[in-house]
Amino acid sequence: MEHEILMASGTDVDFMIHGLFSYELFGQTFWITTSHVCILIVMLILIGFALVVNRRMKRATKVPGTLQNIAELIVEKLDGMVHATMGKRGRGFANYIGTVFMFILVSNISGILGLRPPTADFGTTLPLGLITFFLIHITQFRYQRPKEIWEGMCSPLPAWLPIWLPINVISEIAVPISLSLRLFANVLSGTVIMALVYALLAKIAYGWPAVLHVYFDLFSGAIQTYVFCMLTMTYISNAMGDEA
Amino acid sequence: MENITGTDLILACSAIGAGLAVIAGIGPGIGQGIAAGHAAAAVGRNPGAKGDITSTMLLGQAVAETTGLYGLLVALLLLFVKPLVP
Repeated sequence: MEHEILMASGTDVDFMIHGLFSYELFGQTFWITTSHVCILIVMLILIGFALVVNRRMKRATKVPGTLQNIAELIVEKLDGMVHATMGKRGRGFANYIGTVFMFILVSNISGILGLRPPTADFGTTLPLGLITFFLIHITQFRYQRPKEIWEGMCSPLPAWLPIWLPINVISEIAVPISLSLRLFANVLSGTVIMALVYALLAKIAYGWPAVLHVYFDLFSGAIQTYVFCMLTMTYISNAMGDEA
Repeated sequence: MENITGTDLILACSAIGAGLAVIAGIGPGIGQGIAAGHAAAAVGRNPGAKGDITSTMLLGQAVAETTGLYGLLVALLLLFVKPLVP
Protein backbone atom coordinates (compact mmCIF):
# COMPACT_ATOMS: atom_id res chain seq x y z
CA MET A 1 0.00 0.00 0.00
CA GLU A 2 1.51 3.26 -1.14
CA HIS A 3 -0.36 5.57 1.21
CA GLU A 4 -1.50 5.08 4.74
CA ILE A 5 -5.18 5.13 5.60
CA LEU A 6 -4.51 7.05 8.77
CA MET A 7 -3.88 10.74 8.55
CA ALA A 8 -0.93 12.37 10.30
CA SER A 9 1.21 9.43 9.31
CA GLY A 10 3.54 11.38 7.04
CA THR A 11 5.55 14.51 7.55
CA ASP A 12 4.33 16.45 4.50
CA VAL A 13 1.05 18.31 4.24
CA ASP A 14 -1.38 15.66 3.07
CA PHE A 15 -5.14 15.84 3.32
CA MET A 16 -6.01 14.51 -0.11
CA ILE A 17 -8.00 11.41 -0.96
CA HIS A 18 -5.71 8.67 -2.22
CA GLY A 19 -6.58 5.89 -4.60
CA LEU A 20 -5.70 2.49 -3.19
CA PHE A 21 -6.25 0.37 -6.29
CA SER A 22 -8.14 0.76 -9.54
CA TYR A 23 -10.25 -1.49 -11.71
CA GLU A 24 -11.72 -1.26 -15.20
CA LEU A 25 -15.47 -1.37 -15.73
CA PHE A 26 -17.22 -0.57 -19.05
CA GLY A 27 -14.06 1.07 -20.33
CA GLN A 28 -13.84 3.43 -17.35
CA THR A 29 -11.22 3.37 -14.65
CA PHE A 30 -12.66 3.33 -11.14
CA TRP A 31 -10.64 3.82 -8.00
CA ILE A 32 -11.12 2.37 -4.56
CA THR A 33 -10.03 5.30 -2.42
CA THR A 34 -9.31 5.92 1.24
CA SER A 35 -12.84 7.35 1.49
CA HIS A 36 -14.31 3.95 0.66
CA VAL A 37 -12.19 2.31 3.34
CA CYS A 38 -13.18 4.94 5.91
CA ILE A 39 -16.88 4.58 5.02
CA LEU A 40 -16.45 0.83 5.45
CA ILE A 41 -14.94 1.36 8.91
CA VAL A 42 -17.77 3.73 9.87
CA MET A 43 -20.32 1.22 8.61
CA LEU A 44 -18.67 -1.60 10.53
CA ILE A 45 -18.77 0.49 13.71
CA LEU A 46 -22.47 1.27 13.22
CA ILE A 47 -23.40 -2.29 12.22
CA GLY A 48 -21.47 -3.70 15.16
CA PHE A 49 -23.20 -1.31 17.54
CA ALA A 50 -26.58 -2.19 16.01
CA LEU A 51 -25.97 -5.95 16.35
CA VAL A 52 -24.83 -5.65 19.96
CA VAL A 53 -27.81 -3.44 20.83
CA ASN A 54 -30.17 -5.78 19.00
CA ARG A 55 -28.94 -8.77 21.01
CA ARG A 56 -29.24 -6.77 24.21
CA MET A 57 -32.73 -5.48 23.42
CA LYS A 58 -34.03 -9.02 22.84
CA ARG A 59 -33.74 -9.55 26.57
CA ALA A 60 -34.69 -6.00 27.49
CA THR A 61 -35.42 -5.43 31.15
CA LYS A 62 -37.91 -3.07 32.68
CA VAL A 63 -35.18 -1.23 34.54
CA PRO A 64 -32.69 -0.62 31.70
CA GLY A 65 -29.04 -1.46 32.01
CA THR A 66 -26.24 0.70 30.60
CA LEU A 67 -26.41 -0.38 26.96
CA GLN A 68 -30.20 -0.46 26.88
CA ASN A 69 -30.22 2.99 28.43
CA ILE A 70 -27.87 4.36 25.76
CA ALA A 71 -29.87 2.82 22.92
CA GLU A 72 -33.18 4.07 24.31
CA LEU A 73 -31.69 7.53 24.82
CA ILE A 74 -30.49 7.71 21.19
CA VAL A 75 -33.81 6.54 19.75
CA GLU A 76 -35.82 8.79 22.06
CA LYS A 77 -33.76 11.87 21.24
CA LEU A 78 -33.93 11.27 17.48
CA ASP A 79 -37.68 10.60 17.58
CA GLY A 80 -38.17 13.69 19.71
CA MET A 81 -36.15 15.82 17.29
CA VAL A 82 -38.14 14.60 14.28
CA HIS A 83 -41.42 15.04 16.11
CA ALA A 84 -40.55 18.55 17.27
CA THR A 85 -39.65 19.68 13.74
CA MET A 86 -42.09 17.82 11.52
CA GLY A 87 -45.02 17.19 13.80
CA LYS A 88 -47.19 14.09 13.69
CA ARG A 89 -46.80 13.52 9.95
CA GLY A 90 -43.03 13.17 10.27
CA ARG A 91 -43.09 9.82 12.09
CA GLY A 92 -42.27 7.84 8.97
CA PHE A 93 -39.23 9.97 8.30
CA ALA A 94 -37.64 9.22 11.68
CA ASN A 95 -35.95 6.15 10.15
CA TYR A 96 -34.24 8.12 7.40
CA ILE A 97 -33.33 11.04 9.63
CA GLY A 98 -31.99 8.74 12.33
CA THR A 99 -29.89 6.75 9.88
CA VAL A 100 -28.46 9.84 8.23
CA PHE A 101 -27.83 11.43 11.62
CA MET A 102 -25.87 8.50 12.97
CA PHE A 103 -23.93 7.98 9.74
CA ILE A 104 -22.89 11.63 9.42
CA LEU A 105 -22.14 11.93 13.13
CA VAL A 106 -19.87 8.89 13.24
CA SER A 107 -18.28 9.93 9.93
CA ASN A 108 -17.49 13.41 11.24
CA ILE A 109 -16.23 12.10 14.56
CA SER A 110 -14.04 9.48 12.86
CA GLY A 111 -11.45 12.23 12.40
CA ILE A 112 -10.71 11.72 16.08
CA LEU A 113 -9.71 8.12 15.36
CA GLY A 114 -7.14 9.43 12.89
CA LEU A 115 -9.20 8.53 9.85
CA ARG A 116 -9.85 10.99 7.05
CA PRO A 117 -13.56 11.71 7.64
CA PRO A 118 -15.58 10.19 4.75
CA THR A 119 -17.78 13.30 4.73
CA ALA A 120 -14.72 15.34 3.70
CA ASP A 121 -15.23 13.75 0.27
CA PHE A 122 -17.77 15.42 -2.00
CA GLY A 123 -18.56 11.98 -3.37
CA THR A 124 -20.05 11.07 0.00
CA THR A 125 -22.01 14.23 0.73
CA LEU A 126 -23.51 14.73 -2.74
CA PRO A 127 -25.42 11.41 -2.59
CA LEU A 128 -26.75 12.41 0.83
CA GLY A 129 -27.92 15.73 -0.61
CA LEU A 130 -29.46 13.99 -3.62
CA ILE A 131 -31.35 11.51 -1.44
CA THR A 132 -32.80 14.46 0.46
CA PHE A 133 -33.62 16.22 -2.83
CA PHE A 134 -35.58 13.24 -4.20
CA LEU A 135 -37.24 12.70 -0.83
CA ILE A 136 -38.42 16.33 -0.84
CA HIS A 137 -39.98 16.05 -4.28
CA ILE A 138 -41.50 12.61 -3.79
CA THR A 139 -43.07 13.91 -0.59
CA GLN A 140 -44.30 16.98 -2.44
CA PHE A 141 -46.03 14.83 -5.06
CA ARG A 142 -47.53 12.59 -2.41
CA TYR A 143 -48.99 15.36 -0.28
CA GLN A 144 -49.86 18.10 -2.77
CA ARG A 145 -51.89 18.16 -5.96
CA PRO A 146 -50.07 19.10 -9.21
CA LYS A 147 -52.00 22.39 -9.33
CA GLU A 148 -50.71 23.38 -5.89
CA ILE A 149 -47.16 22.48 -6.87
CA TRP A 150 -47.44 24.59 -10.03
CA GLU A 151 -48.79 27.52 -7.98
CA GLY A 152 -45.95 27.06 -5.52
CA MET A 153 -43.38 27.11 -8.29
CA CYS A 154 -44.80 30.38 -9.72
CA SER A 155 -45.06 31.55 -6.14
CA PRO A 156 -44.90 35.37 -5.88
CA LEU A 157 -46.81 35.89 -9.14
CA PRO A 158 -50.19 34.38 -10.07
CA ALA A 159 -50.20 30.87 -11.57
CA TRP A 160 -51.05 32.00 -15.13
CA LEU A 161 -47.89 34.15 -15.31
CA PRO A 162 -44.90 31.79 -14.89
CA ILE A 163 -42.17 34.43 -15.17
CA TRP A 164 -40.80 33.52 -11.76
CA LEU A 165 -40.70 29.81 -12.61
CA PRO A 166 -37.04 29.57 -13.75
CA ILE A 167 -35.80 31.28 -10.60
CA ASN A 168 -37.81 28.92 -8.39
CA VAL A 169 -36.50 25.94 -10.36
CA ILE A 170 -32.93 27.15 -9.83
CA SER A 171 -33.54 27.57 -6.12
CA GLU A 172 -34.92 24.01 -5.97
CA ILE A 173 -31.81 22.68 -7.74
CA ALA A 174 -29.60 24.67 -5.37
CA VAL A 175 -30.96 22.76 -2.36
CA PRO A 176 -28.96 19.52 -2.69
CA ILE A 177 -25.87 21.41 -3.86
CA SER A 178 -25.84 23.78 -0.90
CA LEU A 179 -26.72 20.99 1.57
CA SER A 180 -23.89 18.77 0.41
CA LEU A 181 -21.35 21.56 -0.08
CA ARG A 182 -22.00 22.91 3.42
CA LEU A 183 -21.30 19.57 5.07
CA PHE A 184 -18.35 18.84 2.77
CA ALA A 185 -16.66 22.22 3.19
CA ASN A 186 -17.08 22.27 6.97
CA VAL A 187 -15.56 18.86 7.48
CA LEU A 188 -12.90 19.52 4.85
CA SER A 189 -11.83 22.76 6.52
CA GLY A 190 -11.36 20.94 9.83
CA THR A 191 -9.42 18.19 8.09
CA VAL A 192 -7.18 20.69 6.31
CA ILE A 193 -6.39 22.56 9.50
CA MET A 194 -5.62 19.35 11.39
CA ALA A 195 -3.38 18.17 8.54
CA LEU A 196 -1.56 21.51 8.55
CA VAL A 197 -1.04 21.34 12.31
CA TYR A 198 0.27 17.80 12.20
CA ALA A 199 2.51 18.36 9.19
CA LEU A 200 3.93 21.84 9.74
CA LEU A 201 4.15 21.75 13.55
CA ALA A 202 5.21 18.10 13.63
CA LYS A 203 8.00 18.80 16.13
CA ILE A 204 5.76 20.32 18.81
CA ALA A 205 2.39 18.75 17.99
CA TYR A 206 2.10 16.55 21.08
CA GLY A 207 -1.02 16.49 23.17
CA TRP A 208 -2.41 19.94 22.57
CA PRO A 209 -3.91 19.20 19.11
CA ALA A 210 -6.48 17.22 21.09
CA VAL A 211 -8.12 20.58 21.89
CA LEU A 212 -8.39 21.31 18.16
CA HIS A 213 -9.82 17.82 17.63
CA VAL A 214 -12.51 18.53 20.20
CA TYR A 215 -13.49 21.69 18.31
CA PHE A 216 -13.13 20.59 14.69
CA ASP A 217 -14.25 16.98 15.00
CA LEU A 218 -16.62 16.79 17.94
CA PHE A 219 -18.20 20.26 18.11
CA SER A 220 -18.20 21.21 14.43
CA GLY A 221 -19.07 17.67 13.36
CA ALA A 222 -22.02 17.45 15.72
CA ILE A 223 -23.30 20.89 14.72
CA GLN A 224 -23.08 20.09 11.01
CA THR A 225 -24.86 16.78 11.55
CA TYR A 226 -27.63 18.58 13.39
CA VAL A 227 -27.85 21.25 10.70
CA PHE A 228 -28.02 18.70 7.87
CA CYS A 229 -30.80 16.75 9.54
CA MET A 230 -32.63 19.91 10.62
CA LEU A 231 -32.59 21.36 7.10
CA THR A 232 -33.66 18.04 5.61
CA MET A 233 -36.61 17.92 7.99
CA THR A 234 -37.53 21.55 7.33
CA TYR A 235 -37.49 21.08 3.57
CA ILE A 236 -39.54 17.89 3.78
CA SER A 237 -42.14 19.40 6.08
CA ASN A 238 -42.35 22.42 3.76
CA ALA A 239 -42.95 20.02 0.88
CA MET A 240 -45.81 18.43 2.79
CA GLY A 241 -47.71 21.70 2.63
CA ASP A 242 -50.18 22.92 5.19
CA GLU A 243 -51.61 20.53 7.73
CA ALA A 244 -54.85 19.17 6.32
CA MET B 1 12.45 37.68 -14.41
CA GLU B 2 13.35 35.95 -17.69
CA ASN B 3 12.99 32.42 -16.37
CA ILE B 4 9.44 32.80 -15.08
CA THR B 5 7.31 30.46 -17.15
CA GLY B 6 3.62 30.85 -17.85
CA THR B 7 2.82 28.07 -15.39
CA ASP B 8 4.69 29.86 -12.63
CA LEU B 9 2.73 33.02 -13.32
CA ILE B 10 -0.56 31.12 -13.22
CA LEU B 11 0.42 29.47 -9.91
CA ALA B 12 1.35 32.82 -8.38
CA CYS B 13 -1.89 34.40 -9.53
CA SER B 14 -3.81 31.38 -8.22
CA ALA B 15 -2.25 31.93 -4.80
CA ILE B 16 -3.26 35.61 -4.87
CA GLY B 17 -6.74 34.60 -6.01
CA ALA B 18 -6.99 32.09 -3.17
CA GLY B 19 -6.06 34.82 -0.71
CA LEU B 20 -8.71 37.10 -2.18
CA ALA B 21 -11.31 34.33 -2.12
CA VAL B 22 -11.06 33.75 1.62
CA ILE B 23 -11.94 37.42 2.21
CA ALA B 24 -15.45 35.96 1.87
CA GLY B 25 -14.97 34.94 5.50
CA ILE B 26 -15.72 38.51 6.62
CA GLY B 27 -19.41 38.17 5.79
CA PRO B 28 -20.20 35.08 7.84
CA GLY B 29 -18.08 36.49 10.67
CA ILE B 30 -20.24 39.59 10.90
CA GLY B 31 -23.43 37.61 10.38
CA GLN B 32 -22.64 35.03 13.02
CA GLY B 33 -21.66 37.77 15.44
CA ILE B 34 -24.98 39.52 14.92
CA ALA B 35 -26.84 36.24 15.42
CA ALA B 36 -24.91 35.47 18.62
CA GLY B 37 -25.49 39.00 19.94
CA HIS B 38 -29.21 38.83 19.36
CA ALA B 39 -29.33 35.36 20.89
CA ALA B 40 -27.55 36.67 23.99
CA ALA B 41 -30.06 39.52 24.21
CA ALA B 42 -32.92 37.05 23.82
CA VAL B 43 -31.54 34.83 26.60
CA GLY B 44 -31.25 37.96 28.75
CA ARG B 45 -34.91 38.76 28.20
CA ASN B 46 -36.18 35.20 28.51
CA PRO B 47 -33.71 32.88 30.28
CA GLY B 48 -36.24 30.05 30.27
CA ALA B 49 -36.01 29.64 26.49
CA LYS B 50 -32.22 29.20 26.50
CA GLY B 51 -32.26 25.77 24.85
CA ASP B 52 -34.53 26.77 21.97
CA ILE B 53 -32.64 30.02 21.40
CA THR B 54 -29.29 28.24 21.36
CA SER B 55 -30.37 25.61 18.85
CA THR B 56 -32.01 28.21 16.59
CA MET B 57 -28.89 30.37 16.78
CA LEU B 58 -26.59 27.47 15.91
CA LEU B 59 -28.79 26.47 12.96
CA GLY B 60 -28.84 30.01 11.62
CA GLN B 61 -25.12 30.44 12.11
CA ALA B 62 -24.35 27.18 10.34
CA VAL B 63 -26.45 28.28 7.37
CA ALA B 64 -24.82 31.71 7.35
CA GLU B 65 -21.42 30.03 7.41
CA THR B 66 -22.08 28.49 3.99
CA THR B 67 -21.09 31.56 1.97
CA GLY B 68 -17.76 31.76 3.75
CA LEU B 69 -17.21 28.09 3.08
CA TYR B 70 -17.82 28.67 -0.62
CA GLY B 71 -14.95 31.16 -0.54
CA LEU B 72 -12.81 28.61 1.28
CA LEU B 73 -13.67 25.98 -1.33
CA VAL B 74 -12.66 28.31 -4.14
CA ALA B 75 -9.37 28.98 -2.36
CA LEU B 76 -8.69 25.28 -1.82
CA LEU B 77 -9.55 24.49 -5.44
CA LEU B 78 -7.19 27.21 -6.68
CA LEU B 79 -4.38 26.04 -4.43
CA PHE B 80 -4.59 22.27 -4.62
CA VAL B 81 -6.63 21.26 -7.68
CA LYS B 82 -5.02 23.99 -9.85
CA PRO B 83 -7.80 24.22 -12.47
CA LEU B 84 -6.11 27.04 -14.38
CA VAL B 85 -2.79 25.29 -15.00
CA PRO B 86 -2.89 23.88 -18.53
